[in-house]
Amino acid sequence: MLPELGQITLILALLVAAVQAILPLVGAHRGKREWMALARPAAYGQTVLLLLTFAVLTHAFVVQDFSVKYVASNSNTLLPMMYRYSAVWGSHEGSLLLWVLVLALWTTAVALFSGKLPEPVVARVLGVMGLVSLGFTAFLLLTSNPFERLLPAPLEGRDLNPLLQDPGLIIHPPMLYMGYVGFVVPFAFAIAALLDGHVDARWLRWTRPWTNVAWGFLTIGIALGSWWAYYELGWGGWWFWDPVENASFMPWLVGAALLHSQAVTEKRGSFAGWTLLLAIAAFSLSLLGTFLVRSGVITSVHAFAADPSRGVFILAFLGIVIGGSLLLYVLRAPRTEGSPFTASSRETLLLANNVLLASACGMVLLGTLYPLIADALDMGKISVGPPYFGLLFLVLMAPLVMLVPFGPLTRWQREQASKPLAMLAPWAGLALLVGVAAYFMAPQGPWKTAAGAFGGAWVALGTLRFLWTRIRSNGRLTPEMLGMTLAHLGIAVFVVGALLVEAQNVQRELALKPGQTLEMSGYAFRFEGVDETQGPNYVSDRGHVRVLRGDRELVLLHPEKRAYASGGQVMSEAGIRPGLFGDVYVALGEPLGNGAWAVRVHIKPFVRWIWLGALLMAIGAFITAADKRFRRTPETRTA
Amino acid sequence: MNTPPPVVPEKSRGALVFAAVIIGLFFVGLMFLLAYGVKQSGRADRESLPSPLIGKPAPAFDLPVLHDPKVRISNKDLAGAPYVMNVWGSWCPECRVEHPVLTKFALTKRVRFIGYNLKDERSEALRWLEQFGNPYVLVIADEDGRAAIDWGIYGAPETFLVDGLGIVRWKHVGAVTDEILANELIPALEKAEGKR
Repeated sequence: MLPELGQITLILALLVAAVQAILPLVGAHRGKREWMALARPAAYGQTVLLLLTFAVLTHAFVVQDFSVKYVASNSNTLLPMMYRYSAVWGSHEGSLLLWVLVLALWTTAVALFSGKLPEPVVARVLGVMGLVSLGFTAFLLLTSNPFERLLPAPLEGRDLNPLLQDPGLIIHPPMLYMGYVGFVVPFAFAIAALLDGHVDARWLRWTRPWTNVAWGFLTIGIALGSWWAYYELGWGGWWFWDPVENASFMPWLVGAALLHSQAVTEKRGSFAGWTLLLAIAAFSLSLLGTFLVRSGVITSVHAFAADPSRGVFILAFLGIVIGGSLLLYVLRAPRTEGSPFTASSRETLLLANNVLLASACGMVLLGTLYPLIADALDMGKISVGPPYFGLLFLVLMAPLVMLVPFGPLTRWQREQASKPLAMLAPWAGLALLVGVAAYFMAPQGPWKTAAGAFGGAWVALGTLRFLWTRIRSNGRLTPEMLGMTLAHLGIAVFVVGALLVEAQNVQRELALKPGQTLEMSGYAFRFEGVDETQGPNYVSDRGHVRVLRGDRELVLLHPEKRAYASGGQVMSEAGIRPGLFGDVYVALGEPLGNGAWAVRVHIKPFVRWIWLGALLMAIGAFITAADKRFRRTPETRTA
Repeated sequence: MNTPPPVVPEKSRGALVFAAVIIGLFFVGLMFLLAYGVKQSGRADRESLPSPLIGKPAPAFDLPVLHDPKVRISNKDLAGAPYVMNVWGSWCPECRVEHPVLTKFALTKRVRFIGYNLKDERSEALRWLEQFGNPYVLVIADEDGRAAIDWGIYGAPETFLVDGLGIVRWKHVGAVTDEILANELIPALEKAEGKR
């Protein structure tokens, strides 16, 4: 009767969340110490209960208890052990449980590391996090119970969606949720500050590393998802502007804006109101993303099954949380201004950064909801698709990339515009030279290649120029600066990857019989046929493609088409030879009879740089978060 | 930073109110839009466009009978009177949910009730019918799921109504409930019988 035990711990977690939400908040309002002191123990208790719940569900998967409906729907006796663990978050109910668990872990972390903060602040922050947890745990119990029984138990389960049976997808959701949900910390601090009616730069300093860590995880999560789509879907693309991708990308964009505006508010006291609004927006967008993915409002390959009762519940919750926060913001937002600054200053540049990132987010939001708007206005079923996103994104991001090197080199408050310009002019010239060289060397797509080479070189050189100035002037580099430098270099690497693969990608699709060879851009692909192999829970048509460059054999690739035993779903696995300067990518299409197959071949120059850049950004965020300065904690505030 | 912050002058109060109104309008608009979306998502025809087969002849097929694979059944054998065809598999948990509803319906003998066993192992399928009971007058087996493609079947459970002229009149994706039986299938069946 373990599943019933899981049910009970989940209900207890709900009750503890209610305690954590209500008593500390009321206590902070009335100044009751004992009530406020409940916040921490409640947070720990809730985490323990949710960990138990999660362990029970995992156990049900490991022993394949098909009397639990969720297990029967997402597992199968043939499912390999590794995927039994990840199947726990393979569908709506379990992934929502993971969501709540991650929230509890963040809450525990805040409870543990907030020792030096004033008691009312801790009580309010944990109380707000408790409210969020209360809403989601109730959602889980009322509409999406993972422990619902299916009696009598079926002999066989339906199986985990084969798309999710992949090592990359084991860690993708936890990483993504760490990021998504992590924005609850700055959000809770913003709400606490608004409730308190006092924004203190010292608490803001305390929240900065949290935002950085959450954003870093989100970056890794999104990059993993993109990498997975690249090798698993067999289309060779790495980003599709799919509604679910957008749902994770919107908080990322606002989170990036928040990182920067927090820095301004902490150091200069400016933009305080704006920073609070961004903190609310980042988490609200996480909630909106959760809603879009789970309500069935938007159709997407990744979306969970639609269920209107879930949609209504989570929409109501969304309305209360976002509406309440915005109302609170409008009523209580600080009407103060920090130190004044001139048009030519670091503040202005960061303002531009924020405006551009926020606009990009607005544009993604509009594009994502556009099909719904069109449907509501009776304009038919349409989707805006990549052309809209690609163009607008370029228009908004190009100026941002151009401005990156100026930021660190420009002083706060007032700067003679000529100074950073003079410092960067030679490097701009050099970057331009690189761009021109790329234009002439490019075998195809010269404009995009040139833009990628110039953009990447400009950001990289400009950022290194800052590093050099810094080291020469005082030889000291704080983790905060190092992190920033790495993240900006990550942008450079990403820009090169994204634009060069766009410009230089070559692909052909051809019917090949065994023994036939396809030649493309200096590579020869010899198709050596397909044989059938048996996997643990699938039968695979495994192709053999020998790749040669000149006379030298590079590699023997094995693209696959897997038919899963459970539902007959067919998945493709691309055969890839990864390389720092380009991937060779082979995917199997359809069998055409007589041993012939449709074979899709891509050469993807610099595609790895996309994920490498994202990784650098994430590492930069983590290093920044490790700066000791953030932990020199504020002396207690005097009222 | 310790000096008391300057209060915003009266002039920019208006700007703040304006910003608040914009934020409010945006929020309310978004909520209405999402509420509309939630309402729409309940509509069965929203996700999948209505089956292109509705109003068209059922696809031709020729499949073995589950209980006796030597016997084959084609669409011609079923012509002449309406029939309801239910797609199921022993691997499908949802099928077990609708099974009691369908059994009750089959016992009324209102219409020929055909089972379409999709992508299943024969032994597993037979065991399943033994365990839960066989409401079907006849079960045809589509082991590799190839004929299912012609029917536009995504998975199980799905239920079709085909009239006496072999025209597909109604289709439902997902488990059939009592409400769906009463409000959709029976009226569609009455209409199909009336037309003949």
